[in-house]
Amino acid sequence: MPDIQHEDLISFVEKMPAFPRSVCRIVKLTSNINVSAQEIIQVIESDPVMTFKILKAINSGFYGLPKKTSSIQYATIHIGLNTIKNLALNIASMGVLNPNNKARFNTDDYLLHSLTTASICRLLAERLNIAQDECSDFYIAGLLHDFGEIVFAEFYPENFKLALEKSTAKNIPLHVTELEFIGMTHSQVVQLLASEWGLAESLVNAINHHHNDDDQDNILNDCVFVANQISTKLHFGFIGDPIVEELPLHIQKRFGLSLDELIHSLGDLSILKTKALAFINGSVSSI
Amino acid sequence: MKFKFWGVRGSIATPGPSTVKYGGNTTCIEIKTNNNDLIILDAGTGIHLLGQQLVDQIPVNAHIFMTHTHWDHIQGLPFFSPIFIPGNKVNIYGGLDPVTNEGIERALNTQLQYSYFPIRESELNAHVLHHTIKPGQTISVGSAEITPILLSHPVLNFGYRIDCDGQSIFFTGDYEPLFNIYERGDSRHDEYQLIVDDKLSEIILAMKDVDALIMDSSYTTEEYISKKGWGHGTYNFSIKHAALANAKKLIFTHHEPTRSDTQLEQIHQEIIKNHSELNCELIIAKEGSEYLLDD
Repeated sequence: MPDIQHEDLISFVEKMPAFPRSVCRIVKLTSNINVSAQEIIQVIESDPVMTFKILKAINSGFYGLPKKTSSIQYATIHIGLNTIKNLALNIASMGVLNPNNKARFNTDDYLLHSLTTASICRLLAERLNIAQDECSDFYIAGLLHDFGEIVFAEFYPENFKLALEKSTAKNIPLHVTELEFIGMTHSQVVQLLASEWGLAESLVNAINHHHNDDDQDNILNDCVFVANQISTKLHFGFIGDPIVEELPLHIQKRFGLSLDELIHSLGDLSILKTKALAFINGSVSSI
Repeated sequence: MKFKFWGVRGSIATPGPSTVKYGGNTTCIEIKTNNNDLIILDAGTGIHLLGQQLVDQIPVNAHIFMTHTHWDHIQGLPFFSPIFIPGNKVNIYGGLDPVTNEGIERALNTQLQYSYFPIRESELNAHVLHHTIKPGQTISVGSAEITPILLSHPVLNFGYRIDCDGQSIFFTGDYEPLFNIYERGDSRHDEYQLIVDDKLSEIILAMKDVDALIMDSSYTTEEYISKKGWGHGTYNFSIKHAALANAKKLIFTHHEPTRSDTQLEQIHQEIIKNHSELNCELIIAKEGSEYLLDD
Protein backbone atom coordinates (compact mmCIF):
# COMPACT_ATOMS: atom_id res chain seq x y z
CA MET A 1 0.00 0.00 0.00
CA PRO A 2 1.49 3.42 -0.85
CA ASP A 3 2.34 5.86 1.87
CA ILE A 4 0.00 8.67 0.79
CA GLN A 5 1.26 12.05 1.92
CA HIS A 6 -1.54 14.53 1.46
CA GLU A 7 0.79 17.39 0.55
CA ASP A 8 2.44 15.30 -2.17
CA LEU A 9 -0.90 14.26 -3.57
CA ILE A 10 -2.13 17.85 -3.73
CA SER A 11 1.07 18.98 -5.35
CA PHE A 12 0.85 16.10 -7.89
CA VAL A 13 -2.68 17.00 -8.88
CA GLU A 14 -1.77 20.67 -9.24
CA LYS A 15 0.70 19.67 -11.94
CA MET A 16 -1.56 17.04 -13.51
CA PRO A 17 -2.10 17.57 -17.23
CA ALA A 18 -5.49 17.51 -18.95
CA PHE A 19 -6.90 15.27 -21.66
CA PRO A 20 -5.23 15.44 -25.09
CA ARG A 21 -8.32 16.48 -27.02
CA SER A 22 -9.19 19.43 -24.81
CA VAL A 23 -5.55 20.56 -24.58
CA CYS A 24 -5.40 20.56 -28.36
CA ARG A 25 -8.69 22.48 -28.63
CA ILE A 26 -7.67 25.07 -26.04
CA VAL A 27 -4.33 25.72 -27.74
CA LYS A 28 -6.12 26.16 -31.05
CA LEU A 29 -8.98 28.28 -29.71
CA THR A 30 -6.76 30.60 -27.72
CA SER A 31 -4.73 31.46 -30.79
CA ASN A 32 -7.87 32.96 -32.29
CA ILE A 33 -8.40 36.52 -31.05
CA ASN A 34 -12.12 36.26 -31.82
CA VAL A 35 -12.74 32.98 -29.99
CA SER A 36 -16.22 32.75 -28.53
CA ALA A 37 -16.80 32.37 -24.83
CA GLN A 38 -19.19 29.48 -25.43
CA GLU A 39 -16.51 27.43 -27.16
CA ILE A 40 -14.02 27.89 -24.34
CA ILE A 41 -16.63 26.97 -21.73
CA GLN A 42 -17.67 23.88 -23.71
CA VAL A 43 -14.12 22.59 -23.96
CA ILE A 44 -13.45 23.14 -20.25
CA GLU A 45 -16.70 21.40 -19.34
CA SER A 46 -15.65 18.42 -21.46
CA ASP A 47 -12.52 17.81 -19.41
CA PRO A 48 -12.65 16.72 -15.75
CA VAL A 49 -9.08 17.87 -15.10
CA MET A 50 -9.58 21.38 -16.48
CA THR A 51 -12.93 21.70 -14.75
CA PHE A 52 -11.55 20.59 -11.39
CA LYS A 53 -8.61 22.98 -11.62
CA ILE A 54 -10.69 25.95 -12.68
CA LEU A 55 -13.14 25.32 -9.86
CA LYS A 56 -10.12 25.27 -7.57
CA ALA A 57 -9.03 28.70 -8.84
CA ILE A 58 -12.44 30.34 -8.70
CA ASN A 59 -13.27 28.98 -5.23
CA SER A 60 -9.95 30.12 -3.81
CA GLY A 61 -10.33 32.50 -0.89
CA PHE A 62 -8.66 35.22 -2.95
CA TYR A 63 -11.76 35.90 -5.02
CA GLY A 64 -14.16 36.27 -2.14
CA LEU A 65 -17.12 34.51 -3.70
CA PRO A 66 -20.30 35.01 -1.70
CA LYS A 67 -20.82 31.24 -2.00
CA LYS A 68 -18.87 28.30 -3.38
CA THR A 69 -19.64 27.46 -6.97
CA SER A 70 -19.48 24.44 -9.26
CA SER A 71 -20.33 26.47 -12.34
CA ILE A 72 -17.76 27.26 -15.04
CA GLN A 73 -20.20 29.88 -16.34
CA TYR A 74 -20.21 31.59 -12.96
CA ALA A 75 -16.42 31.43 -13.01
CA THR A 76 -16.30 33.25 -16.35
CA ILE A 77 -18.55 35.97 -15.02
CA HIS A 78 -16.74 36.38 -11.75
CA ILE A 79 -13.11 36.40 -12.83
CA GLY A 80 -13.62 37.07 -16.52
CA LEU A 81 -13.53 35.02 -19.68
CA ASN A 82 -10.03 36.11 -20.61
CA THR A 83 -8.71 34.97 -17.25
CA ILE A 84 -10.51 31.63 -17.58
CA LYS A 85 -9.10 31.32 -21.10
CA ASN A 86 -5.59 31.94 -19.79
CA LEU A 87 -6.10 29.54 -16.90
CA ALA A 88 -7.13 26.86 -19.40
CA LEU A 89 -4.09 27.67 -21.54
CA ASN A 90 -1.91 27.44 -18.46
CA ILE A 91 -3.32 23.97 -17.74
CA ALA A 92 -2.82 23.05 -21.40
CA SER A 93 0.83 24.06 -21.12
CA MET A 94 1.36 21.29 -18.54
CA GLY A 95 1.17 18.72 -21.35
CA VAL A 96 -1.38 15.97 -21.88
CA LEU A 97 -2.44 12.97 -19.87
CA ASN A 98 -0.56 9.89 -20.98
CA PRO A 99 -3.08 7.43 -22.45
CA ASN A 100 -0.59 4.61 -21.84
CA ASN A 101 -0.41 4.91 -18.08
CA LYS A 102 1.17 2.12 -16.04
CA ALA A 103 -2.19 1.21 -14.53
CA ARG A 104 -3.40 0.29 -18.03
CA PHE A 105 -6.41 2.43 -17.23
CA ASN A 106 -8.10 3.44 -20.45
CA THR A 107 -8.39 7.24 -20.30
CA ASP A 108 -10.69 7.40 -23.33
CA ASP A 109 -13.08 4.99 -21.65
CA TYR A 110 -12.86 7.02 -18.46
CA LEU A 111 -13.65 10.22 -20.33
CA LEU A 112 -16.54 8.57 -22.14
CA HIS A 113 -17.99 7.39 -18.85
CA SER A 114 -17.52 10.83 -17.24
CA LEU A 115 -19.05 12.76 -20.16
CA THR A 116 -22.06 10.48 -20.49
CA THR A 117 -22.65 10.41 -16.73
CA ALA A 118 -22.53 14.21 -16.78
CA SER A 119 -25.07 14.48 -19.58
CA ILE A 120 -27.38 11.88 -18.03
CA CYS A 121 -27.14 13.66 -14.70
CA ARG A 122 -28.30 16.89 -16.35
CA LEU A 123 -31.15 15.02 -18.05
CA LEU A 124 -32.25 13.64 -14.70
CA ALA A 125 -32.13 17.10 -13.15
CA GLU A 126 -34.29 18.47 -15.94
CA ARG A 127 -36.69 15.58 -15.47
CA LEU A 128 -37.03 16.52 -11.81
CA ASN A 129 -37.70 20.15 -12.81
CA ILE A 130 -34.57 21.46 -11.17
CA ALA A 131 -34.18 25.23 -11.75
CA GLN A 132 -32.29 25.89 -14.95
CA ASP A 133 -29.48 27.75 -13.22
CA GLU A 134 -28.77 24.66 -11.10
CA CYS A 135 -28.73 22.08 -13.89
CA SER A 136 -25.10 22.81 -14.76
CA ASP A 137 -24.13 21.86 -11.18
CA PHE A 138 -25.62 18.43 -11.87
CA TYR A 139 -23.64 18.13 -15.09
CA ILE A 140 -20.38 19.07 -13.33
CA ALA A 141 -21.00 16.64 -10.46
CA GLY A 142 -21.55 13.87 -13.01
CA LEU A 143 -18.42 14.89 -14.89
CA LEU A 144 -16.24 14.82 -11.77
CA HIS A 145 -17.74 11.88 -9.86
CA ASP A 146 -14.87 9.53 -10.77
CA PHE A 147 -12.10 12.17 -10.82
CA GLY A 148 -10.29 10.19 -8.13
CA GLU A 149 -9.74 7.30 -10.53
CA ILE A 150 -7.73 9.35 -12.99
CA VAL A 151 -5.72 10.66 -10.04
CA PHE A 152 -4.97 7.09 -8.95
CA ALA A 153 -4.08 6.05 -12.52
CA GLU A 154 -1.57 8.89 -12.71
CA PHE A 155 0.00 8.77 -9.30
CA TYR A 156 -0.45 5.28 -7.87
CA PRO A 157 -0.58 3.26 -11.10
CA GLU A 158 0.82 0.01 -9.76
CA ASN A 159 -1.56 -0.16 -6.82
CA PHE A 160 -4.49 1.05 -8.89
CA LYS A 161 -3.76 -1.63 -11.47
CA LEU A 162 -4.02 -4.29 -8.76
CA ALA A 163 -7.29 -2.78 -7.56
CA LEU A 164 -8.71 -2.73 -11.10
CA GLU A 165 -7.65 -6.32 -11.80
CA LYS A 166 -9.11 -7.71 -8.61
CA SER A 167 -12.33 -5.74 -8.99
CA THR A 168 -12.84 -7.13 -12.50
CA ALA A 169 -11.70 -10.69 -11.74
CA LYS A 170 -13.75 -11.10 -8.58
CA ASN A 171 -16.65 -8.87 -9.65
CA ILE A 172 -16.42 -6.74 -6.54
CA PRO A 173 -16.80 -2.96 -6.31
CA LEU A 174 -13.71 -1.00 -7.22
CA HIS A 175 -13.86 1.17 -4.11
CA VAL A 176 -13.48 -1.99 -2.03
CA THR A 177 -10.31 -3.08 -3.83
CA GLU A 178 -8.98 0.48 -3.81
CA LEU A 179 -9.14 0.40 -0.02
CA GLU A 180 -7.24 -2.86 -0.04
CA PHE A 181 -4.45 -1.78 -2.40
CA ILE A 182 -4.28 2.01 -2.00
CA GLY A 183 -5.83 2.59 1.40
CA MET A 184 -8.21 5.19 0.07
CA THR A 185 -11.17 5.18 -2.33
CA HIS A 186 -11.42 7.34 -5.44
CA SER A 187 -14.22 9.26 -3.70
CA GLN A 188 -12.10 9.90 -0.64
CA VAL A 189 -9.24 11.27 -2.71
CA VAL A 190 -11.59 13.83 -4.28
CA GLN A 191 -12.90 14.74 -0.87
CA LEU A 192 -9.35 15.37 0.30
CA LEU A 193 -8.49 17.55 -2.70
CA ALA A 194 -11.80 19.36 -2.62
CA SER A 195 -11.57 20.24 1.04
CA GLU A 196 -8.01 21.49 0.54
CA TRP A 197 -9.12 23.62 -2.39
CA GLY A 198 -12.42 24.76 -0.92
CA LEU A 199 -14.79 23.37 -3.53
CA ALA A 200 -18.56 23.47 -3.02
CA GLU A 201 -19.75 21.14 -0.29
CA SER A 202 -22.71 19.93 -2.36
CA LEU A 203 -20.37 18.84 -5.16
CA VAL A 204 -18.02 17.03 -2.80
CA ASN A 205 -20.94 15.38 -1.05
CA ALA A 206 -22.38 14.09 -4.33
CA ILE A 207 -19.00 12.71 -5.44
CA ASN A 208 -18.53 11.13 -2.04
CA HIS A 209 -21.87 9.34 -2.21
CA HIS A 210 -21.92 8.17 -5.80
CA HIS A 211 -21.48 4.55 -4.65
CA ASN A 212 -23.31 4.85 -1.39
CA ASP A 213 -26.33 7.10 -1.63
CA ASP A 214 -27.82 6.91 1.82
CA ASP A 215 -29.01 10.50 2.09
CA GLN A 216 -32.78 10.38 1.64
CA ASP A 217 -33.14 14.03 0.89
CA ASN A 218 -30.45 15.05 -1.57
CA ILE A 219 -31.48 15.33 -5.20
CA LEU A 220 -27.95 16.02 -6.50
CA ASN A 221 -26.56 12.92 -4.78
CA ASP A 222 -29.44 10.84 -6.14
CA CYS A 223 -28.95 12.05 -9.71
CA VAL A 224 -25.19 11.42 -9.68
CA PHE A 225 -25.76 7.95 -8.25
CA VAL A 226 -28.38 7.10 -10.87
CA ALA A 227 -26.47 8.63 -13.79
CA ASN A 228 -23.40 6.60 -12.83
CA GLN A 229 -25.45 3.40 -12.73
CA ILE A 230 -27.08 4.13 -16.10
CA SER A 231 -23.77 4.93 -17.79
CA THR A 232 -22.21 1.77 -16.32
CA LYS A 233 -25.18 -0.42 -17.22
CA LEU A 234 -25.21 0.85 -20.81
CA HIS A 235 -21.44 0.27 -21.07
CA PHE A 236 -20.73 3.90 -21.89
CA GLY A 237 -17.00 3.59 -21.31
CA PHE A 238 -15.54 1.45 -18.59
CA ILE A 239 -14.02 2.78 -15.42
CA GLY A 240 -12.95 -0.45 -13.85
CA ASP A 241 -16.04 -0.90 -11.76
CA PRO A 242 -18.19 -3.73 -13.14
CA ILE A 243 -20.96 -3.50 -10.55
CA VAL A 244 -24.33 -1.94 -11.39
CA GLU A 245 -26.10 -1.29 -8.16
CA GLU A 246 -29.86 -1.38 -7.74
CA LEU A 247 -31.51 1.90 -6.94
CA PRO A 248 -32.19 2.37 -3.23
CA LEU A 249 -35.88 2.63 -2.45
CA HIS A 250 -35.81 6.36 -1.79
CA ILE A 251 -34.41 6.96 -5.28
CA GLN A 252 -36.94 4.65 -6.92
CA LYS A 253 -39.57 6.63 -5.07
CA ARG A 254 -38.13 9.95 -6.25
CA PHE A 255 -38.26 8.95 -9.90
CA GLY A 256 -41.24 6.63 -9.49
CA LEU A 257 -39.35 4.03 -11.54
CA SER A 258 -36.84 1.22 -11.26
CA LEU A 259 -33.43 1.57 -12.94
CA ASP A 260 -34.52 -0.29 -16.08
CA GLU A 261 -37.76 1.64 -16.32
CA LEU A 262 -35.90 4.89 -15.89
CA ILE A 263 -33.41 4.00 -18.64
CA HIS A 264 -36.28 3.11 -20.93
CA SER A 265 -38.14 6.31 -20.15
CA LEU A 266 -35.11 8.49 -20.98
CA GLY A 267 -35.29 7.37 -24.61
CA ASP A 268 -32.32 6.73 -26.85
CA LEU A 269 -29.29 7.55 -24.71
CA SER A 270 -26.84 6.17 -27.25
CA ILE A 271 -26.78 9.59 -28.85
CA LEU A 272 -24.95 10.85 -25.74
CA LYS A 273 -22.32 8.16 -26.24
CA THR A 274 -21.99 8.99 -29.93
CA LYS A 275 -21.53 12.69 -29.19
CA ALA A 276 -18.99 12.05 -26.43
CA LEU A 277 -17.02 9.65 -28.63
CA ALA A 278 -17.00 12.16 -31.46
CA PHE A 279 -15.50 14.72 -29.09
CA ILE A 280 -12.92 12.27 -27.72
CA ASN A 281 -11.91 11.22 -31.23
CA GLY A 282 -11.70 14.79 -32.40
CA SER A 283 -14.38 14.69 -35.06
CA VAL A 284 -16.40 17.42 -33.29
CA SER A 285 -15.07 20.36 -31.34
CA SER A 286 -17.42 20.05 -28.36
CA ILE A 287 -20.08 17.77 -26.96
CA MET B 1 -11.97 64.05 1.42
CA LYS B 2 -10.71 65.46 -1.85
CA PHE B 3 -9.47 63.87 -5.04
CA LYS B 4 -7.52 64.97 -8.06
CA PHE B 5 -7.01 63.50 -11.51
CA TRP B 6 -3.38 63.10 -12.62
CA GLY B 7 -4.17 60.86 -15.59
CA VAL B 8 -7.46 60.30 -17.42
CA ARG B 9 -6.45 58.64 -20.68
CA GLY B 10 -6.97 54.98 -21.52
CA SER B 11 -4.60 52.49 -23.12
CA ILE B 12 -1.67 54.73 -24.02
CA ALA B 13 -0.40 58.18 -23.11
CA THR B 14 -1.46 60.70 -25.77
CA PRO B 15 0.39 64.00 -25.43
CA GLY B 16 -0.25 66.53 -28.19
CA PRO B 17 -2.22 69.57 -29.21
CA SER B 18 -5.55 67.74 -29.45
CA THR B 19 -5.42 66.48 -25.84
CA VAL B 20 -3.87 69.48 -24.12
CA LYS B 21 -7.05 70.49 -22.29
CA TYR B 22 -8.23 67.15 -20.84
CA GLY B 23 -4.78 65.61 -20.72
CA GLY B 24 -2.86 62.73 -22.22
CA ASN B 25 -1.50 60.87 -19.20
CA THR B 26 -2.87 57.45 -18.34
CA THR B 27 -4.85 56.64 -15.21
CA CYS B 28 -3.90 58.02 -11.82
CA ILE B 29 -6.16 59.53 -9.15
CA GLU B 30 -4.94 61.07 -5.90
CA ILE B 31 -7.20 61.03 -2.84
CA LYS B 32 -6.44 63.00 0.30
CA THR B 33 -8.45 62.43 3.45
CA ASN B 34 -9.21 65.30 5.83
CA ASN B 35 -6.32 63.99 7.95
CA ASN B 36 -4.00 64.14 4.96
CA ASP B 37 -3.73 60.38 4.40
CA LEU B 38 -2.54 59.81 0.84
CA ILE B 39 -4.33 57.22 -1.28
CA ILE B 40 -3.50 56.79 -4.96
CA LEU B 41 -5.64 54.84 -7.39
CA ASP B 42 -3.52 53.34 -10.18
CA ALA B 43 -0.06 54.21 -11.36
CA GLY B 44 -0.43 55.13 -15.00
CA THR B 45 1.87 57.79 -16.45
CA GLY B 46 -0.01 60.45 -14.48
CA ILE B 47 1.64 59.30 -11.26
CA HIS B 48 4.93 60.78 -12.49
CA LEU B 49 3.65 64.33 -12.06
CA LEU B 50 2.12 63.48 -8.70
CA GLY B 51 5.46 62.08 -7.59
CA GLN B 52 7.20 65.32 -8.60
CA GLN B 53 4.86 67.25 -6.37
CA LEU B 54 5.42 64.89 -3.44
CA VAL B 55 9.20 65.23 -3.59
CA ASP B 56 8.90 68.39 -1.48
CA GLN B 57 6.74 66.67 1.12
CA ILE B 58 9.00 63.96 2.51
CA PRO B 59 8.58 61.68 4.33
CA VAL B 60 5.84 60.43 2.05
CA ASN B 61 3.54 57.66 3.23
CA ALA B 62 1.61 56.62 0.13
CA HIS B 63 -0.98 53.89 -0.34
CA ILE B 64 -1.29 52.93 -4.00
CA PHE B 65 -4.28 50.75 -4.90
CA MET B 66 -3.92 49.09 -8.27
CA THR B 67 -7.09 48.20 -10.14
CA HIS B 68 -5.23 45.84 -12.48
CA THR B 69 -1.87 45.34 -14.10
CA HIS B 70 -2.34 46.42 -17.71
CA TRP B 71 0.45 48.74 -18.79
CA ASP B 72 -1.58 51.94 -18.77
CA HIS B 73 -2.28 51.45 -15.06
CA ILE B 74 1.23 50.51 -13.86
CA GLN B 75 3.61 52.18 -16.28
CA GLY B 76 4.26 55.24 -14.17
CA LEU B 77 5.29 53.28 -11.09
CA PRO B 78 9.05 53.21 -11.83
CA PHE B 79 8.86 57.00 -12.37
CA PHE B 80 7.14 57.72 -9.07
CA SER B 81 9.97 59.64 -7.43
CA PRO B 82 9.07 58.89 -3.78
CA ILE B 83 10.16 55.25 -4.26
CA PHE B 84 13.78 56.42 -4.61
CA ILE B 85 13.94 58.55 -1.47
CA PRO B 86 15.01 57.08 1.89
CA GLY B 87 12.48 57.55 4.68
CA ASN B 88 9.48 57.30 2.37
CA LYS B 89 7.04 54.44 2.71
CA VAL B 90 5.07 53.22 -0.29
CA ASN B 91 2.38 50.57 0.14
CA ILE B 92 1.15 48.93 -3.05
CA TYR B 93 -2.12 46.98 -2.98
CA GLY B 94 -3.66 44.71 -5.58
CA GLY B 95 -5.17 41.34 -6.34
CA LEU B 96 -3.72 37.90 -6.93
CA ASP B 97 -3.31 36.88 -10.56
CA PRO B 98 -5.28 33.62 -10.91
CA VAL B 99 -3.13 32.41 -13.80
CA THR B 100 0.32 32.99 -12.34
CA ASN B 101 -0.70 32.95 -8.67
CA GLU B 102 1.49 35.99 -8.17
CA GLY B 103 0.55 39.06 -6.17
CA ILE B 104 0.77 42.73 -7.01
CA GLU B 105 4.56 42.77 -6.43
CA ARG B 106 4.84 41.59 -10.03
CA ALA B 107 3.67 45.00 -11.31
CA LEU B 108 6.83 46.62 -10.01
CA ASN B 109 9.43 43.88 -10.23
CA THR B 110 8.53 43.00 -13.82
CA GLN B 111 9.27 46.58 -14.84
CA LEU B 112 12.37 47.02 -12.71
CA GLN B 113 14.54 44.62 -14.64
CA TYR B 114 17.83 45.30 -16.33
CA SER B 115 16.37 45.01 -19.84
CA TYR B 116 13.61 47.53 -19.22
CA PHE B 117 14.85 49.94 -16.57
CA PRO B 118 18.24 51.01 -15.18
CA ILE B 119 17.34 50.47 -11.54
CA ARG B 120 16.44 47.17 -9.93
CA GLU B 121 13.81 46.78 -7.25
CA SER B 122 16.43 45.99 -4.62
CA GLU B 123 18.01 49.38 -5.30
CA LEU B 124 14.93 51.37 -4.31
CA ASN B 125 15.59 53.49 -1.25
CA ALA B 126 12.05 53.89 0.01
CA HIS B 127 10.40 51.22 2.09
CA VAL B 128 8.14 49.56 -0.49
CA LEU B 129 5.54 47.10 0.79
CA HIS B 130 3.21 44.93 -1.28
CA HIS B 131 -0.20 43.80 -0.12
CA THR B 132 -2.25 41.17 -1.91
CA ILE B 133 -5.88 41.93 -1.18
CA LYS B 134 -9.15 40.10 -1.76
CA PRO B 135 -12.53 41.26 -3.05
CA GLY B 136 -14.77 42.36 -0.21
CA GLN B 137 -11.84 42.75 2.19
CA THR B 138 -11.87 46.29 3.58
CA ILE B 139 -8.49 47.95 4.08
CA SER B 140 -8.11 50.87 6.48
CA VAL B 141 -5.82 53.75 5.63
CA GLY B 142 -6.06 56.36 8.36
CA SER B 143 -9.72 57.35 8.49
CA ALA B 144 -10.45 55.87 5.04
CA GLU B 145 -11.83 52.44 4.32
CA ILE B 146 -11.14 50.96 0.90
CA THR B 147 -13.10 47.95 -0.34
CA PRO B 148 -12.29 46.15 -3.59
CA ILE B 149 -14.84 44.39 -5.79
CA LEU B 150 -14.11 42.29 -8.89
CA LEU B 151 -15.23 43.97 -12.11
CA SER B 152 -15.22 42.52 -15.58
CA HIS B 153 -12.12 43.19 -17.70
CA PRO B 154 -9.79 40.88 -19.69
CA VAL B 155 -7.52 40.67 -16.65
CA LEU B 156 -8.41 40.54 -12.97
CA ASN B 157 -9.63 44.06 -12.20
CA PHE B 158 -10.73 45.62 -8.92
CA GLY B 159 -13.13 48.47 -8.59
CA TYR B 160 -12.58 50.33 -5.30
CA ARG B 161 -15.06 51.98 -3.00
CA ILE B 162 -13.48 54.50 -0.67
CA ASP B 163 -15.46 55.63 2.37
CA CYS B 164 -13.96 58.39 4.44
CA ASP B 165 -14.95 61.41 6.47
CA GLY B 166 -18.63 60.79 5.71
CA GLN B 167 -18.09 60.79 1.95
CA SER B 168 -17.55 58.11 -0.62
CA ILE B 169 -15.95 57.52 -3.99
CA PHE B 170 -16.16 54.52 -6.30
CA PHE B 171 -13.61 53.99 -9.06
CA THR B 172 -14.11 51.19 -11.55
CA GLY B 173 -10.64 50.90 -13.02
CA ASP B 174 -11.27 49.33 -16.41
CA TYR B 175 -14.71 47.81 -16.62
CA GLU B 176 -17.01 46.47 -19.28
CA PRO B 177 -20.44 45.57 -17.90
CA LEU B 178 -21.24 41.90 -18.36
CA PHE B 179 -23.39 40.72 -21.21
CA ASN B 180 -25.00 37.39 -21.98
CA ILE B 181 -22.71 35.28 -24.17
CA TYR B 182 -25.62 33.07 -25.26
CA GLU B 183 -28.24 34.09 -27.80
CA ARG B 184 -31.85 34.28 -26.69
CA GLY B 185 -33.31 30.84 -27.31
CA ASP B 186 -30.07 29.04 -26.44
CA SER B 187 -30.71 26.52 -23.65
CA ARG B 188 -28.10 28.21 -21.47
CA HIS B 189 -29.24 31.81 -22.04
CA ASP B 190 -31.56 32.12 -19.05
CA GLU B 191 -29.17 30.41 -16.65
CA TYR B 192 -26.36 32.74 -17.72
CA GLN B 193 -28.60 35.81 -17.51
CA LEU B 194 -29.43 35.07 -13.88
CA ILE B 195 -25.74 35.09 -12.98
CA VAL B 196 -25.17 38.31 -14.99
CA ASP B 197 -28.10 40.00 -13.20
CA ASP B 198 -26.82 38.89 -9.79
CA LYS B 199 -23.37 40.29 -10.54
CA LEU B 200 -24.82 43.64 -11.65
CA SER B 201 -26.82 43.86 -8.42
CA GLU B 202 -23.65 43.19 -6.43
CA ILE B 203 -21.83 45.96 -8.32
CA ILE B 204 -24.64 48.48 -7.90
CA LEU B 205 -24.74 47.72 -4.18
CA ALA B 206 -21.01 48.46 -3.96
CA MET B 207 -21.57 51.78 -5.75
CA LYS B 208 -24.71 52.68 -3.80
CA ASP B 209 -25.17 56.37 -2.93
CA VAL B 210 -21.58 57.34 -3.60
CA ASP B 211 -20.71 61.02 -3.76
CA ALA B 212 -18.49 60.47 -6.78
CA LEU B 213 -18.64 57.58 -9.22
CA ILE B 214 -15.59 57.51 -11.51
CA MET B 215 -16.18 55.13 -14.41
CA ASP B 216 -14.39 53.75 -17.43
CA SER B 217 -16.32 55.37 -20.27
CA SER B 218 -14.07 54.70 -23.21
CA TYR B 219 -16.61 54.51 -25.98
CA THR B 220 -19.77 55.94 -27.38
CA THR B 221 -22.60 53.48 -27.88
CA GLU B 222 -21.90 53.46 -31.63
CA GLU B 223 -18.20 52.77 -31.14
CA TYR B 224 -18.95 49.96 -28.69
CA ILE B 225 -20.53 47.80 -31.40
CA SER B 226 -17.10 47.02 -32.81
CA LYS B 227 -15.34 47.00 -29.41
CA LYS B 228 -17.61 44.62 -27.51
CA GLY B 229 -15.57 42.27 -25.36
CA TRP B 230 -12.52 44.57 -25.24
CA GLY B 231 -13.13 45.26 -21.58
CA HIS B 232 -14.29 48.87 -21.53
CA GLY B 233 -17.53 50.71 -20.95
CA THR B 234 -19.53 53.40 -22.67
CA TYR B 235 -20.93 56.75 -21.56
CA ASN B 236 -24.40 55.22 -21.54
CA PHE B 237 -23.36 52.22 -19.43
CA SER B 238 -21.90 54.64 -16.91
CA ILE B 239 -25.07 56.72 -16.82
CA LYS B 240 -27.13 53.58 -16.23
CA HIS B 241 -24.89 52.54 -13.33
CA ALA B 242 -24.96 56.04 -11.82
CA ALA B 243 -28.76 56.13 -11.96
CA LEU B 244 -29.15 52.67 -10.42
CA ALA B 245 -26.61 53.44 -7.70
CA ASN B 246 -27.99 56.93 -7.02
CA ALA B 247 -24.55 58.50 -7.41
CA LYS B 248 -24.30 62.26 -6.85
CA LYS B 249 -21.50 62.88 -9.36
CA LEU B 250 -20.61 60.73 -12.33
CA ILE B 251 -17.15 61.30 -13.75
CA PHE B 252 -16.35 59.77 -17.13
CA THR B 253 -12.74 58.71 -17.49
CA HIS B 254 -10.34 56.41 -19.38
CA HIS B 255 -10.81 58.50 -22.51
CA GLU B 256 -10.25 56.61 -25.72
CA PRO B 257 -6.72 57.51 -26.89
CA THR B 258 -7.79 59.09 -30.20
CA ARG B 259 -10.49 61.20 -28.53
CA SER B 260 -9.70 64.91 -28.92
CA ASP B 261 -10.60 67.69 -26.50
CA THR B 262 -13.17 68.96 -28.99
CA GLN B 263 -14.82 65.56 -29.27
CA LEU B 264 -14.92 65.14 -25.50
CA GLU B 265 -16.69 68.47 -25.17
CA GLN B 266 -19.20 67.60 -27.87
CA ILE B 267 -19.94 64.28 -26.19
CA HIS B 268 -20.33 66.03 -22.86
CA GLN B 269 -22.84 68.52 -24.26
CA GLU B 270 -24.89 65.75 -25.83
CA ILE B 271 -24.94 63.68 -22.67
CA ILE B 272 -26.09 66.64 -20.59
CA LYS B 273 -28.80 67.44 -23.16
CA ASN B 274 -30.04 63.83 -23.34
CA HIS B 275 -30.05 63.16 -19.62
CA SER B 276 -31.42 66.32 -18.10
CA GLU B 277 -33.73 64.20 -15.93
CA LEU B 278 -30.79 62.58 -14.18
CA ASN B 279 -30.26 63.76 -10.62
CA CYS B 280 -26.52 63.47 -10.93
CA GLU B 281 -23.78 65.85 -11.99
CA LEU B 282 -22.10 64.62 -15.19
CA ILE B 283 -18.42 65.45 -15.55
CA ILE B 284 -15.67 64.62 -18.03
CA ALA B 285 -12.49 63.75 -16.13
CA LYS B 286 -9.75 66.26 -16.76
CA GLU B 287 -6.11 66.03 -15.82
CA GLY B 288 -5.38 68.43 -12.96
CA SER B 289 -8.99 68.89 -11.91
CA GLU B 290 -9.63 68.55 -8.21
CA TYR B 291 -12.85 67.90 -6.29
CA LEU B 292 -13.57 68.53 -2.66
CA LEU B 293 -16.32 66.38 -1.21
CA ASP B 294 -17.96 67.90 1.82
CA ASP B 295 -20.84 67.00 4.08
